[in-house]
Amino acid sequence: MTKIRFNATHLLALAFSLACFALNSAAYAESLQDINRLIKQGQNAQAMAQLDSYIAANPKDAQGRFLKGVLLTEMKRTNEAISVFNKLTEDYPELPEPYNNLAVIYAQQNQYDKARQALEMAIRTHPSYATAHENLGDIYARLASQAYDKAFQLDSSNASAQSKLALIRTLMTAAPRTAKTSQPSIAVAKQPVAVPAPVPAEVTETKPAPVADAVADEATVTAITQAIEAWAAAWSRKDMPAYLAAYAQSFKTPGGVSRDAWAAERRKRIIRPGAISVGYENLRITVDGDKATAKFRQHYASGSLKSSTNKVLQLLKQDGKWLIQQELVGSK
Amino acid sequence: MLSRLRSWVILATAALLFLAVMAETSGKLSSKHADTDTPPQVILPDGPEPLLAKVFDAIEQNRVDLALQQTEQLVTTYPNFRLAYLIKGDLLLARTQPLTAFGQGGGHAARSQVADLREEAIVRLQGYRSKPAADQVPRYLLQMAPEQKYAIVVDTQKSRLYLYQNDQGTPRFAADYYITQGKLGAEKFREGDKRTPIGVYHITSSLPPQKLGDFYGNGAFPINYPNAWDKQQGRNGHGIWLHGTPSNTFSRPPKASDGCVVLTNQDLTALARHLQIGLTPVIISNTVEWRLIKDQQKERNELREAMEAWRQDWESRDIARYAQHYSRKFKSDGQDYAAWIEQKRRINASKDWVKIDTDDIGMFLNPGKEEYAVVTFRQDYRSSNLSNRMKKSQYWIREDGKWKIVAEGAV
Repeated sequence: MTKIRFNATHLLALAFSLACFALNSAAYAESLQDINRLIKQGQNAQAMAQLDSYIAANPKDAQGRFLKGVLLTEMKRTNEAISVFNKLTEDYPELPEPYNNLAVIYAQQNQYDKARQALEMAIRTHPSYATAHENLGDIYARLASQAYDKAFQLDSSNASAQSKLALIRTLMTAAPRTAKTSQPSIAVAKQPVAVPAPVPAEVTETKPAPVADAVADEATVTAITQAIEAWAAAWSRKDMPAYLAAYAQSFKTPGGVSRDAWAAERRKRIIRPGAISVGYENLRITVDGDKATAKFRQHYASGSLKSSTNKVLQLLKQDGKWLIQQELVGSK
Repeated sequence: MLSRLRSWVILATAALLFLAVMAETSGKLSSKHADTDTPPQVILPDGPEPLLAKVFDAIEQNRVDLALQQTEQLVTTYPNFRLAYLIKGDLLLARTQPLTAFGQGGGHAARSQVADLREEAIVRLQGYRSKPAADQVPRYLLQMAPEQKYAIVVDTQKSRLYLYQNDQGTPRFAADYYITQGKLGAEKFREGDKRTPIGVYHITSSLPPQKLGDFYGNGAFPINYPNAWDKQQGRNGHGIWLHGTPSNTFSRPPKASDGCVVLTNQDLTALARHLQIGLTPVIISNTVEWRLIKDQQKERNELREAMEAWRQDWESRDIARYAQHYSRKFKSDGQDYAAWIEQKRRINASKDWVKIDTDDIGMFLNPGKEEYAVVTFRQDYRSSNLSNRMKKSQYWIREDGKWKIVAEGAV
């Protein structure tokens, strides 16, 4: 594994999380996949039994607990689901998904104000979290409709045409869907879900890379930096072909929508009138063979909005080009 | 992030929309405020208008979260306040789609209701932002009798009721309230025309809510439409009341009643404390004409002098002198001018002496195009063969530049 060091403390943190993620995910990923398979086959009771023992063995694994919440929701064990998601928001307040799913449940119970609060929390932790935004939009529309009903003294029982809010099935922002031991660097792009285990011995061994390697890697870093620069520039000048070309064919779209749907949505948002400027600073790059993780502070400005967010891009080298494989908005 | 951007763009649109409402209200308003050094002695609740004004201010300043928060406060404090719910709906909807019209989410079917609520918003904000000046009074309150503790003046165009307190003969602004008038506006003429009468009236009775349907809310106070003058003009109809609001709504649109003056239940209750049956004047105008208190003196003295001359000429028992105070159009209890004068002539002839005292004089001008004044007083009549104390009302009109009596009778 090659690492290019831009920030010593950061690298150290990375090493920490790397180590503990490897410990956590390697052994259990398979069993979570198995459980997911059972759920897909409709064998909920069996899935729940396996999930319970999985969680008993890994009490701090957020992914497993989250899946339990999802399963409980689908089994209409609503109060238990609420309690699982609530506990997750307490233990991992930075994760948006449990808030989102709480909101879905509250909305089903017509508790739109509570749903709204939960979604606002999800967005507070992850300002660009698309699903939460869509759900929140839906909640606002329903609250508006309730208010109009009262304004016009209508009976609000005819609310059948409402769309259903989207339940999140996995912790997208926290860890990749399928973590593999061979590619741990992708997983650590974000803060770890699991609480770090005691510091493993390897930490002291992941020293900054030798000088010789660093020289060779300088070219890689330059290439990745240029790729990011081109991506931000294309976005700023609303050059959709160039912008979309920055993304790999295997790009993991937010919410797992089709690439076409995602591209259409991006086009709609970027092409709308008004100048956009996208810049970045504090770029930190981690390279692992043909894969790389770039973290930076993204500065976005348009006519009416200015925002700064922490962004994580996972890149993939294909045909000599660095392409974005996943785009995440992170907390600090 | 982009979603937030979208929200902002949308909210800006919404703010412009609300500004459009405001533009209509601001133009013709002078910002007179009643920060008087002699504040009203009664403390009455301000109603929802201060908060409503804050909501609009917040939207104007693009502080939409604050606006929504204050709107929540409005609907909590004033249940079934439909206007507040409409604004709430708009503020929420603005987060999901661009708004181009007030109450857009109501859809086509609610269009007339939206128009009503928009009208209510405008008149409420107007009323809130243009309180009467401390040194001005409605021209009609020429003189309040000592026993009349309060007087009511209604401005139908502004959908506003003003309560004035009698401060040793000088009317002092005490409170004002949003009101609903007839569906088809003011200037009632006949039964069923869905209009509110313009004129000088008084409260004639109090109907407790137990005797009324929910439609009238916290109670009702009938007024004496049609009055003596109205009858002479051929106006008819009956059952014009000040009353409350049904329980399913906080307030009704500015034009919604069959001619009654409708207040919110909370306002009616506050107002009711100050009403005196048979005494409290209710003057209903199209638009209140304001006068500086000091400029009222001349008009008051003129009418007062006409009255005094009438009293003295009656005491003189000279029927020619007495008769010059009466209009040829005079009518009273089926008697016309000739019959009335003939009767007085016969009575005077039977007396050796007549002594008349008047006190508790109230004088109120009609706000309409027709210039008349209603004068009420306590009459102490003594004569060689009869003494009589009574409450009387007279309707005076101006004829050939002189005040003359056109109707007269016991109250």
